[in-house]
Amino acid sequence: MNVLGGILAWFADPTHWSGADGVPVRVAEHLGYCLLATAVATLIALPLGVILGHTGKGGSLAINVSNAGRAIPTFGIVLLAFLVAGAGLLPITVALVLLAIPPILTNTYVAVRGIDRELRDAAEGMGMYGWQVVRQLEVPMAMPLIMAGVRTSAVQVVATATLAAYVTLGGLGRYIFDGLGQRVYAEVAAGAILVAILALAVEFGLSKLQTAVTARGLRSTQRDDPLAAKATAAPA
Amino acid sequence: MITFDHVTKRFDDGTVGVDDLTLEVPEGEVVVLVGPSGCGKTTTMRMINRMIQPTGGTLTVDGQDVMTVSPPQLRRRIGYVIQQVGLFPHRTIAENIATVPELVGWDKARTQERVKTLMATVGLPDSVANRYPHQLSGGQRQRVGVARALAVDPPIMLMDEPFGAVDPIVRSRLQDEFLRLQLQVRKTIVFVTHDIDEAIRMGDRIAILSEGGKLEQYDDPERLLADPANEFVADFLGAERGLKRLALIPVSEVSAEPGPVVSPDDDRGNAAEVARSYGTDWVVVVDEQRRLRGWVSLHELDGRIADANLRQFALSVESTDSLRAALNAMVTSRTGVAVRLSEGGLYEGIITQELVSKEIR
Repeated sequence: MNVLGGILAWFADPTHWSGADGVPVRVAEHLGYCLLATAVATLIALPLGVILGHTGKGGSLAINVSNAGRAIPTFGIVLLAFLVAGAGLLPITVALVLLAIPPILTNTYVAVRGIDRELRDAAEGMGMYGWQVVRQLEVPMAMPLIMAGVRTSAVQVVATATLAAYVTLGGLGRYIFDGLGQRVYAEVAAGAILVAILALAVEFGLSKLQTAVTARGLRSTQRDDPLAAKATAAPA
Repeated sequence: MITFDHVTKRFDDGTVGVDDLTLEVPEGEVVVLVGPSGCGKTTTMRMINRMIQPTGGTLTVDGQDVMTVSPPQLRRRIGYVIQQVGLFPHRTIAENIATVPELVGWDKARTQERVKTLMATVGLPDSVANRYPHQLSGGQRQRVGVARALAVDPPIMLMDEPFGAVDPIVRSRLQDEFLRLQLQVRKTIVFVTHDIDEAIRMGDRIAILSEGGKLEQYDDPERLLADPANEFVADFLGAERGLKRLALIPVSEVSAEPGPVVSPDDDRGNAAEVARSYGTDWVVVVDEQRRLRGWVSLHELDGRIADANLRQFALSVESTDSLRAALNAMVTSRTGVAVRLSEGGLYEGIITQELVSKEIR
């Protein structure tokens, strides 16, 4: 049986679509890990990025530290956390959160820092307190770029969450690791394809969310609108 | 009223932005701070709402030391207009204008009503209310900036080169509208510009600053032009100081001469006599109702004036025009004089160069 035929047969097999090891359950588990990690990373990186960007202090240090963290292989972090904390959600979540923080943190900081000086000047000159400048000007203005960071993180997290299976958890990684263990390569490939599809779906879903949370006035794609240009050129 | 009492701004790096400035901005007047770049005019203005903190002296707004008020509370009572306008791109025009009313907690109905009124006041059509700043022209954005600053009707306005970023035609129109608006609202305004012509046009008083925030002269425009305190001020006012002054003096300040007037019924003989007594070789023709018919040169006149080919004055002035306009009328007419007409268009006399230069000497 050729490789493609094997993969198609795997997908066609109804037993792969039900039960605890069925695709729906594995997708749900996978999404669960990703949602948890991305949400925790956002809750850490977004406020931190906004504060650093607002005050303009210590920003490049924080970004360099968080980026340097990416040099450590996620696989290594998963194993290390597994050894320290044992089985469970914690090791994989810690690893995925560390992976997800830098893009969100960097984008948030850069976006808030990059807001035109005269806008901040006008906001303060009209009598806004610092938190009002954050809430009414900086966050809405930075939103497109923040969401671009969340998208980048989420897609990376979806791809990397396969490691959960390595530390006894479920998710789409199960197919990859089990398939490798049993030398059922069609299952490995099916797992990989499912991860890719899920990543694209997450990317698509978040791009819709990005549009929804971006203020209408910033949605223009006019050439002479620097903000629109900035939002599309999202740095990693 | 805003008072600077020996106010100094020394920056962290030791440079002095404003040096021992003492100045009073009277209630309801437009005070223009003007000077070359680096003269501290913007720093001076920004100390009033504490966008920059003074480091010495006392700065009071309506008798209250600004250092005793929290900056946001202080700023909400002071309208603030900047050159780049600084409209929030993510908010509609109406939302932008509503910024300060919302900060101070006005209810929705009152805010909406106010936004509507203000848009009309600054000459913005209702249709732009729900647009975004990038959809407006530069001139319209400036109007929004002024409307936003006026939103909670603050007694004081700070304006930093508010018309600097628009083209000259729009600028001139905005200046006119601003002056008309100021007649209604009578705000205490501190206006910063580097353009001396704008300063002369907009200011009730002008403060000329030199590098390091040194006050060189503080006077009304007329006195400033007539009597510059020193060489720096004279230089800054420029070589056309006399012409600039003429722009400030109305025609009504000089009494027009009757001029070499003849009636259409006169003939060459009368005309020659009138002209000779005035030392001209032309006469002005005015009919019984005092209507100006034109002028005629003696060389082109033989016989009755009614039959002659009369020439017209291309320009004329009224009492409310400036002497500069009168001078312009002189240099564009072959007679070398300007005719002055009443509001109803009746002949009142002529203005000569001697009369004008006597006025400004």
